[in-house]
Amino acid sequence: MQQYDTIIIGAGHNGLVCATYLAQEGQRVLVLEASDTPGGLAATREFFPGFKASVAHTVSHFSAKVARDLKLAVHGFDSATAPMPTVGLNSAGEHIVLSGTGAEAEINGVSAEDATSYRGYRQLLQRFAELLEPFWLKTMPRVGDTRLSSLLTFAQLGLKLRLLGKQDMGEFMRVATLPARDLMDENFDSELLKAMLSWDGLIGSKMAPRSPNATVLALLYRMSGELGGAHAIPVGGIESLIGALNSAAASTGVEVKTGARVGRILIEGSEDGLRATGVELANGEQIVAGRVVSSADPQRTFLQLLGVEYLEIEFSNRIRRLRCEGYVAKLHLALDGVPNFEGLAKPDGRMIIAADMDAIEFAYDDAKYGNYSQQLVMEILVPSLHQESLAPAGKHVLSAHIMYVPHKLKGGWTEEARAILVQLAIDTVAIYAPAIRAQILHSELLTPLDLEQIHNVTGGHWHHTEFSADQLLMMRPTYEAAQYSTPIPGLYLCGAGSHPGGGLMGGPGHNAARQILG
Amino acid sequence: MSGNTQQRSGQHDFRQVLQPSPFHPRVEEHCRVKNWTSWNGYQTARVYDTLAAEYFAIRSSCSVMDLTPMEKYRIGGPDALKFLNRLVARDISGLKPNRVTYVLWCNDEGKVLDDGTIFHLRQGEYRLCSQHHQLDWLLISALGMDVSVIVETHEIAALAVQGPTAYSVLTAAGFEGLDQLKPFGILYTQVAGFELMVSRTGYTGDLGYELWTDPSNALALWDAVFEVRDRGLYDLRCIGLDALEMVRIEAGFIMPADDFNTAETTVRAGHDRSPFEIGLGWVVNFDKPHFTGKQALLREKSRPIKRRLVKLAIDGNKPPIDSFLYDGKKGRRIGTIKTQIWSPILKANLAMADVEYRKGKLPKEIWAEIYYQKELEWQVSWARCRISETPFWTHPRRSATPPQSF
Repeated sequence: MQQYDTIIIGAGHNGLVCATYLAQEGQRVLVLEASDTPGGLAATREFFPGFKASVAHTVSHFSAKVARDLKLAVHGFDSATAPMPTVGLNSAGEHIVLSGTGAEAEINGVSAEDATSYRGYRQLLQRFAELLEPFWLKTMPRVGDTRLSSLLTFAQLGLKLRLLGKQDMGEFMRVATLPARDLMDENFDSELLKAMLSWDGLIGSKMAPRSPNATVLALLYRMSGELGGAHAIPVGGIESLIGALNSAAASTGVEVKTGARVGRILIEGSEDGLRATGVELANGEQIVAGRVVSSADPQRTFLQLLGVEYLEIEFSNRIRRLRCEGYVAKLHLALDGVPNFEGLAKPDGRMIIAADMDAIEFAYDDAKYGNYSQQLVMEILVPSLHQESLAPAGKHVLSAHIMYVPHKLKGGWTEEARAILVQLAIDTVAIYAPAIRAQILHSELLTPLDLEQIHNVTGGHWHHTEFSADQLLMMRPTYEAAQYSTPIPGLYLCGAGSHPGGGLMGGPGHNAARQILG
Repeated sequence: MSGNTQQRSGQHDFRQVLQPSPFHPRVEEHCRVKNWTSWNGYQTARVYDTLAAEYFAIRSSCSVMDLTPMEKYRIGGPDALKFLNRLVARDISGLKPNRVTYVLWCNDEGKVLDDGTIFHLRQGEYRLCSQHHQLDWLLISALGMDVSVIVETHEIAALAVQGPTAYSVLTAAGFEGLDQLKPFGILYTQVAGFELMVSRTGYTGDLGYELWTDPSNALALWDAVFEVRDRGLYDLRCIGLDALEMVRIEAGFIMPADDFNTAETTVRAGHDRSPFEIGLGWVVNFDKPHFTGKQALLREKSRPIKRRLVKLAIDGNKPPIDSFLYDGKKGRRIGTIKTQIWSPILKANLAMADVEYRKGKLPKEIWAEIYYQKELEWQVSWARCRISETPFWTHPRRSATPPQSF
């Protein structure tokens, strides 16, 4: 007997969002999660007795609509958290600090000219971000689809562009796919400011400031929502978001089963074609359902859980060609006390270590050829300053994204390669916080390969597949699968590999549910 | 996980514009008019001697043709059947070892890439013969499957022996067991002291066999066959591509890239063709759960057909070369002749033609506008055309088992 209307593969935030929307409309939904805890890359794990951290360590553009629709506030998620400052670290202690958001945005540590440029730059980008905002929560039209609803989506974008006015419209078209470097060079003098502002367009991708692709679009994507691109740790931490999603799901009757690894998607074939009918767990148990919705990445979904045997040849080749190589490693340090960063009263901001755009570019160059850089660029936080429960009293956690660490390291991820990288990362942080070495109780490094293995995400890629022009909007992950449905009836996608993309936002889960509910 | 490919072992010398086949020393000796062309990079005769004589060798006695240039791929590995069944539109799960079947394959949009034959050589191991080079497509298709795709075009010497006396010729040459070999069957046997494979297949629509062996045996195989003629038992004649073109049209076999544009080479929208549009709906098995192009073909099947490659007999004796077709004398243009021949045995102009349907129906009348020369003066004439839904020419001897002896 069919017990469920929908099975969702993966209890990451998108899986939970999609599940809850479906359950709100009366569907019986089962979410299957391979790990022992829900949350995916946002799950909070204990990495050392008493010390906890999550791979995703801030929230920047979680959809307010999703939070409202799922009543996440009732379930303990406070979306109104004040953003934390972004700090560009300088070895002489002359840091640049960006704080506030919207009209209250402030910049400190730069020349008067750069401060003026920054205000203009923010306002322009904010207008662009607002223009794009409605499209993140919409299903993109199918390529070649000329139905009215699809044409209207295009028409709406066209109209929005027109309403920008002639000059802004031209600017939008010009900067949307501009390399980050060009945009920064046009606007600012300070090398540190350019590096820290380009960071947000690049983080998580296999692109650097000179890469001509969609880094500005990525930036605008992250500027959607109330924080306008700033980052925050909600009261109660990232845990509170996952907890709220989990609780919202449970309250609508969604059943979340952890430790339930899906081995394959069950397919039934007939004269009329194929249909997904359920899943088989790794332990052999089969569960049937009206449809299967995968929040796993597209390659895992199609090539591993389904198998190319059931796919058209060109389609499966496009899926295989998706660029899914993660380039961000995660470092967690258990600290004996609050680290002291020279020139900073309290390290409660999001600190960027990248002296200039060349530092980012060179680190990327090394990674392109299978190495990690000897001059690391990083984003670091002390999340335990925002959420005490992450560490025992008086102790702290440092959470760092190390950019441009390849998934496929030349020579492989040996113990030695890992040890060298950890030491390099600690040395890099110690440039700004020299006393930190003595405070380290434990360190944990998660390479992209580790992320792949722990979180079942191909390539350890945060966004499941690269956020780049050829894999965006109606091309995400590829045409014929960009409207959440797939070439296999009964199989849908709802993960970061679908429009609008990755990051803690909930867009794909929301859009997939709307598409399924019709 | 990934398909592997193996290129030929003995590399061809690039300075040699056309590659000689393993039969070349004999081919060259027999080819009196030196009318060479390239077939898949091999030096191949269009005509050996006299086209009419070659044609009648196929239809009245026995013909021999060097088939080596045909594209051949060895498909093996645990997923070989899965791979082929996803590739081709026909369900080949029932293809037993030692059997051959005709297939075609499509892209995701259900447009035909090529046609060919699958030989089930032994349990789980196949040979795919195709009209055109398909390695790229086969390798893309192999990704994610435990299958090996090996180009064996140059590793196998192949000879076609076709015509009403083909059985008698080969039996006289020492081939044993042919009496029980049914059409589309495979037989492993020995002749002149070496191993070879015989399949009862061909492109002539007549009784005939194809002989497959290692290139090192090529000349010995040729000599074993031609010895029958030298002993004065049966007449044998080498045939070139021109004679083959005549008999294949008589037999109603299509030629991808000549009769229709293959999907891989199509640039303009609507210029590629589905299996239905080339009259090959019968090799599409929808009861198979999945094959590449199935979804697109299911959608296409639900709509009225727009056009079809048809077999067309054209009245009169003027050759309708590249003629436009109309739905009446000086009516609306509805198509073109793709390939055409004069059939000596049927005394008729025969053609493969692309014809538009109207509201799902063929036009009531089809007329060809034929331009021809009279002593270098161009003339135009109109000829009525008739569609043949069956092969123009067929003969019971093609499938009689055992075949008739002469």
